[in-house]
Amino acid sequence: MIEIENVTRRYGTTTVVDGVSLSIPVGGVTALVGANGAGKSTLLSIIGRILRPDAGTVRVDGLDVAATPGATLARRLSILRQENQVAVRITVRELVEFGRFPHSGGRLTREDVAHVNRAIEYLQLEPYADRPLDRLSGGQRQLAFIAMVLCQDTGYMLLDEPLNNLDMRHSAQTMGLIRQMAQDLGKTIIVVIHDINFAACHADRIVAMKDGRIVADGAPREIVTPETIKAVFGIDVPVHEVDGRPLAMYFA
Amino acid sequence: MVAEARQGLRGGWPTASKLTGWARKLEGRTLAGAALALLVVTAFCSLFIGVSNVTPLDVLRLDNSDHQTRVFIESRVPRLAAILLAGSAMSVAGLVMQTLVRNRFVAPSTAGTVSSASLGLVVATIWFGSASIFLKMSIAVLFAMAGTLLFLALVQRMKHTDIIVVPLVGIMFGGVVQAAATFLAFKYDLLQSLNAWINGDFSGTLRGRYELLYLVGGLTGVTYLFANRFTLVGMGRDFAVNLGVHYERVLYGGLCLVSLVSAVVVVVVGSIPFLGLVVPNVVTMTMGDNVRRVLPATAISGALFVLVCDILSRTIRYPYEVPVGSIVGVGGGVVFIFLVLRSRSFGS
Ligand SMILES: Nc1ncnc2c1ncn2[C@@H]1O[C@H](COP(=O)(O)OP(=O)(O)OP(=O)(O)O)[C@@H](O)[C@H]1O
Ligand SMILES: [Mg+2]
Repeated sequence: MIEIENVTRRYGTTTVVDGVSLSIPVGGVTALVGANGAGKSTLLSIIGRILRPDAGTVRVDGLDVAATPGATLARRLSILRQENQVAVRITVRELVEFGRFPHSGGRLTREDVAHVNRAIEYLQLEPYADRPLDRLSGGQRQLAFIAMVLCQDTGYMLLDEPLNNLDMRHSAQTMGLIRQMAQDLGKTIIVVIHDINFAACHADRIVAMKDGRIVADGAPREIVTPETIKAVFGIDVPVHEVDGRPLAMYFA
Repeated sequence: MVAEARQGLRGGWPTASKLTGWARKLEGRTLAGAALALLVVTAFCSLFIGVSNVTPLDVLRLDNSDHQTRVFIESRVPRLAAILLAGSAMSVAGLVMQTLVRNRFVAPSTAGTVSSASLGLVVATIWFGSASIFLKMSIAVLFAMAGTLLFLALVQRMKHTDIIVVPLVGIMFGGVVQAAATFLAFKYDLLQSLNAWINGDFSGTLRGRYELLYLVGGLTGVTYLFANRFTLVGMGRDFAVNLGVHYERVLYGGLCLVSLVSAVVVVVVGSIPFLGLVVPNVVTMTMGDNVRRVLPATAISGALFVLVCDILSRTIRYPYEVPVGSIVGVGGGVVFIFLVLRSRSFGS
């Protein structure tokens, strides 16, 4: 369980995450939505202890992320950042292998190798497995980073816009994979996502942020309504029912 | 996708990627193996090059009173050991530094580490002239660490962390430190000693005067143990923290290791220009930046490069010796430019 209590983060005089409290039980996919600059990445980074809050605490399985040794946490919690530029020339396989670092410290066991191969296979990276990251397209690189986080095999996964740069097919497959991992393996996944329809389709719960605060929290059906979308994003969007799911027509 | 992947699983692991993976490893091993074989042969030859004519037969006689055998044990073997240890250690130090600072053009000699070590030696000689070599070396190590950390602090405060500007700042910083060292050396009549520290040279390497370098060999081994952590730190703070690496500890620990190695090498043989810059760059250009994978090749290539340069320095103006630093400088510069201009780069 992830318990977020009164987390606040400021840059200078602006408060970008403002006293957020949230509790996420084990298992399931939670989608974090909101406008650009709403504070989603900041909140996610604080949960993933790569950013320190100015106030408040985050506990994962009862462990305070600010006080728990990094190596212990890395076996329970992984985070994929929104931007993943690479200056280091390593291959896709080497990157994915680093996902096993928290478990094996770099000496890959047979089990680690199986994890690596499975992650590469799940994200269909075999054709590029031995290619350096800087020789990949943006989407292929994104898939490689997702494979690395997958390989880290933690109970909690924080994914900041995993669909960045991905085409329709890969987006749908990746979201399907994320949902599958929550269902079959009992993982707890928080995913920042911009397409509210993807969120509605694959998440169990949607949390909406605005100006550093949580303004809506509930099942997709409760959140994907014209009123809530208006409140969160400030635009009028008609919502239709398609195949038993809400579909926000925000395209025009 | 999961369904597709499961299908794949039932049919066994994909052999294509496995094969290429193996081929990669094999290729890497073959390259390292070839370099190692070349190193062994060259090392063997180097033992029998010099003013005194020593042949393998002389050595096999194992007669300690024999002049040839004494030259061999007192001078040739120590010289070879020093070359191998210093050459590999400085190359690996450069590799680690480039990874940690995330800049390919940074090396102990371009970041003020080496200059700071020689300043430390001058200071130690002036104020603790009668102290043991260990104390002097410790002071040099402290100076080298302080200089490196100062450089890092400078870089972290810079607005423009351009790939070229960073090493330029390092070179200027090193220049200032070097000037201070020269000033002190001039004032206290130590210019000759300073020159010995600045210009690396193996001609004075004798038994009893190089053994400190074994420490450096040990430190290179320690570097290998932390190789993965160095790579992860090189991928950035967030990346390292996500994988449970203690970023600051590894960064500063690694730089201290580099300073320690540099200072010991300066004390024993003097600084060897270009080495920590050229060798890691040449190796990573073809093998990538995964420290664990390239470290052995870097160590072997560094040792081989210095050994070849040293043989040249002994033979070019036979029976006189040219300072090995000059050869390394010229050779390193040429190799580097050649590789920058046309090379098969990593992965192609
Ligand atoms: N290093 C920083 N210094 C100052 N302000 C920052 C910094 N990082 C983020 N901010 C500000 O904090 C706010 C929240 O940023 P955050 O990255 O969390 O937004 P987000 O919800 O992830 O947006 P997006 O959807 O565009 O990724 C933004 O207004 C941003 O300008
Ligand atoms: Mg963001």
